[in-house]
Amino acid sequence: MTQNFEPKILGIFCNWCSYTGADLAGTSRMKYAPNMRIVRVMCSGRVDPQFILKAYKEGADGVLVAGCHPGDCHYIEGNFKTIGRMQILEKMLAQFGIEKERFRLEWISAAEGDRVMHVVNEMTTQVKKLGPLNWKEVSRSKDIGHCEEPKATKQSPLNK
Amino acid sequence: MTNPRIGVYVCHCGTNIAGKVKVTDVVEHAKKQPNVVLAKEYKFMCSEPGQAMIVEDIKKEKLDRIIVAACSPLMHEKTFRKALEKAGINKYLFQMANIREHCSWVHEDGAAATEKAKALVTGAIYRAQYVEALNDREAPMNPATLIVGGGIAGIQAALDIADSGRQVYLVEKEPSIGGHMAQFDKTFPTLDCAACILTPKMVSIGQHPNITLLSYSEVEKIDGYVGNFKVGVRMKARYVDPKKCNGCGDCWQKCPAWRVEKPKGDKKVVHNALTLGPTKAIYMPTLQSVPNVPVIDKKSCIYFKNGKCKICVKACQKDAINHEMTDVVMDIDVGNIIVTTGFKTFDVSKMPQYGYGKLPNVISSIEFERMNCSSGATGGQVLCQNGEAPKSIAILHCIGSRDKEHHEYCSRVCCMYALKFAHLVKEKTGAQVYDFYIDMRAAGKGYEEFYNRLLEEGVRFIRGKAASVTDYAVFPEEEGKLIVRCEDTLVGKVRRIPVDMVVLCSALEANADAPEFARLLKLCQGKEGWFTEKHPKLAPVSTASDGIYIAGCCQGPKDIPDTVAQASAAAAQVLTAIAKGKVQIEGVGAEIIEEKCTGCKICNDMCPYKAIEFDAVKHKSKVNDALCKACGTCVAACPCGAIKAKHFTDEQIMHEIEGVLYDAKL
Repeated sequence: MTQNFEPKILGIFCNWCSYTGADLAGTSRMKYAPNMRIVRVMCSGRVDPQFILKAYKEGADGVLVAGCHPGDCHYIEGNFKTIGRMQILEKMLAQFGIEKERFRLEWISAAEGDRVMHVVNEMTTQVKKLGPLNWKEVSRSKDIGHCEEPKATKQSPLNK
Repeated sequence: MTNPRIGVYVCHCGTNIAGKVKVTDVVEHAKKQPNVVLAKEYKFMCSEPGQAMIVEDIKKEKLDRIIVAACSPLMHEKTFRKALEKAGINKYLFQMANIREHCSWVHEDGAAATEKAKALVTGAIYRAQYVEALNDREAPMNPATLIVGGGIAGIQAALDIADSGRQVYLVEKEPSIGGHMAQFDKTFPTLDCAACILTPKMVSIGQHPNITLLSYSEVEKIDGYVGNFKVGVRMKARYVDPKKCNGCGDCWQKCPAWRVEKPKGDKKVVHNALTLGPTKAIYMPTLQSVPNVPVIDKKSCIYFKNGKCKICVKACQKDAINHEMTDVVMDIDVGNIIVTTGFKTFDVSKMPQYGYGKLPNVISSIEFERMNCSSGATGGQVLCQNGEAPKSIAILHCIGSRDKEHHEYCSRVCCMYALKFAHLVKEKTGAQVYDFYIDMRAAGKGYEEFYNRLLEEGVRFIRGKAASVTDYAVFPEEEGKLIVRCEDTLVGKVRRIPVDMVVLCSALEANADAPEFARLLKLCQGKEGWFTEKHPKLAPVSTASDGIYIAGCCQGPKDIPDTVAQASAAAAQVLTAIAKGKVQIEGVGAEIIEEKCTGCKICNDMCPYKAIEFDAVKHKSKVNDALCKACGTCVAACPCGAIKAKHFTDEQIMHEIEGVLYDAKL
């Protein structure tokens, strides 16, 4: 493990609570590690477990899914669906040999900018300790965790 | 399939972004990405010239995807979408990369921030390849408005809207409207009588043809969306028929049971909060109650205890009292909702060092307000429990406010109402007033002048937060008195000041049921429990939920002028929405691709809005656009990938993930 390893962490944040919470961390000028990149979805209930596998496959060393606190979901109960899905996913990740610290489901409200800061810093430190995941390489060589690419991709403009 | 033509614009946001992120590097990086036709930087993209640049480029370069890397999409997405529409392309062909709130503002290292900005922009570019044009839908706007909370904020907003000829439903959980303001005697700094300025407004509410007043009622259920909310209101049984009652008072004069008992023994005065003094089991909340109809307190009514009594029923000549009355649930349809649920005062017994509840004559500010009010327990006289006027009073600021143990914030109104108290005490009793303050916060029109006036009136101001109140006398002159201990920070000494009465200026805090209510309406609460506005400066009465507005103290502590201003602002917002006549509903939402759907019905139960119906003939599921709110839960659940979340499709999200991780090793 290289000493100056900087992990890449993907954040998938719900629009109403967690994304807004991260915005609040910004407006409050809180400082946290630059390792996480946030992708916005409307509800954590939109998070398809495939997104997380995709992230590891693309080289992410950790994934953080964040939504509204249980009971506070903007869409009534989307986050309860998330809990169920992520629990199953966690079991799967363990079978793939992905350490549990590399995946995290957090509830962050729109008022909890400080929580964004703490969670990101904590997760960055943990993942740093674990070192790179290199799942991109592993998953390709052993052909595991291969998730189906959306069909349109085959003629997509990105396939040069 | 022709390749998209993407334009990328990176904003400096003055130095907000450019001070940390090397914008030029990000632009150069963007230029190298697939299908990017041009990439530019500009000082302020949201400015008029910034937007004009986008419009011009779209026309000249035939761009069909626009990416702006700037602030949060929650801030300026709408602004740029309008620019796209102006240039004649669909507004959904726009993508924002948040390199301010999520990047330049939160990272210290400029190089790392630049790398992250590049990744975020790449994500946006990858995603933009797959975005599609969508069409907004329109829905009718119901011109009726629901206002929850009948304090001064709710009253003002209701009158503003009703005067324009629109229907208003005003829901108040207490038996009478008026809120906290109706309990006060005078208001600072002008010392005009609260009842004199409020009562006419309360009466107008009761008489207004466009206002339906639902007092002693609570909102139970809210469904629907902006323009078309369906609200369930529970009207609690008050056991008196408002249609028959004429408010004569025969019932409570004859009622044998007490809700608040007459004082016994040495006590001559009750200092209980919010009372009119001793009241019967059937009572009128205040003398100026609107509606002017009493209510039976079930806990103290003899009939509800043992099934006998009904003296009030016999006393009532109008036959208005009915002990068998039950709650009624009423459904109302409205287009907009204004929340004006106000505040509650901090429970001063949480700070035992001040002796509230244990020592006599230590009272909270709201009790003192009631005592000063001519309709209060003492008819407006300032009296100790033994019925005598105090010779000296201590007023203690910041009880529960500016205190990390309780509330970190300043409650804003306490300094001013403390000054008002000091003035009223001087005027009514001539007693010596000691005012213990941390800082005197008199920011407002005429406030500082009011403070100066009190200095001249001879109030003794002691700079320092009172440490404790005790009745343990050390010196002979302290015998039988309350002693306030405090460090006088101007003198630099600890002082003991004996007084006859202590008033604790309690903080304003969010209502106890605020979390429950926030859940019901999908409002956000800040750390301290106040409801959060859409933007602290530029959208102070809007909320994250379209069609729901907040005004007054439910948003944060404020005085009456600010509350009224906010209430009128919320009313103006609602009237603007009503004047438009229609609601635009975003073109996002779920769509079922019939060929892929196997009819398994998993999504049918998944939808929290019951927006997915099953077509038994085709054996396929179908989304009802009017009910779908675009959360995407069904999309993630569908085992066949047959549901498409418009604007948040699998391929859009998958590629955004790929983009933000473009630089991940290997």
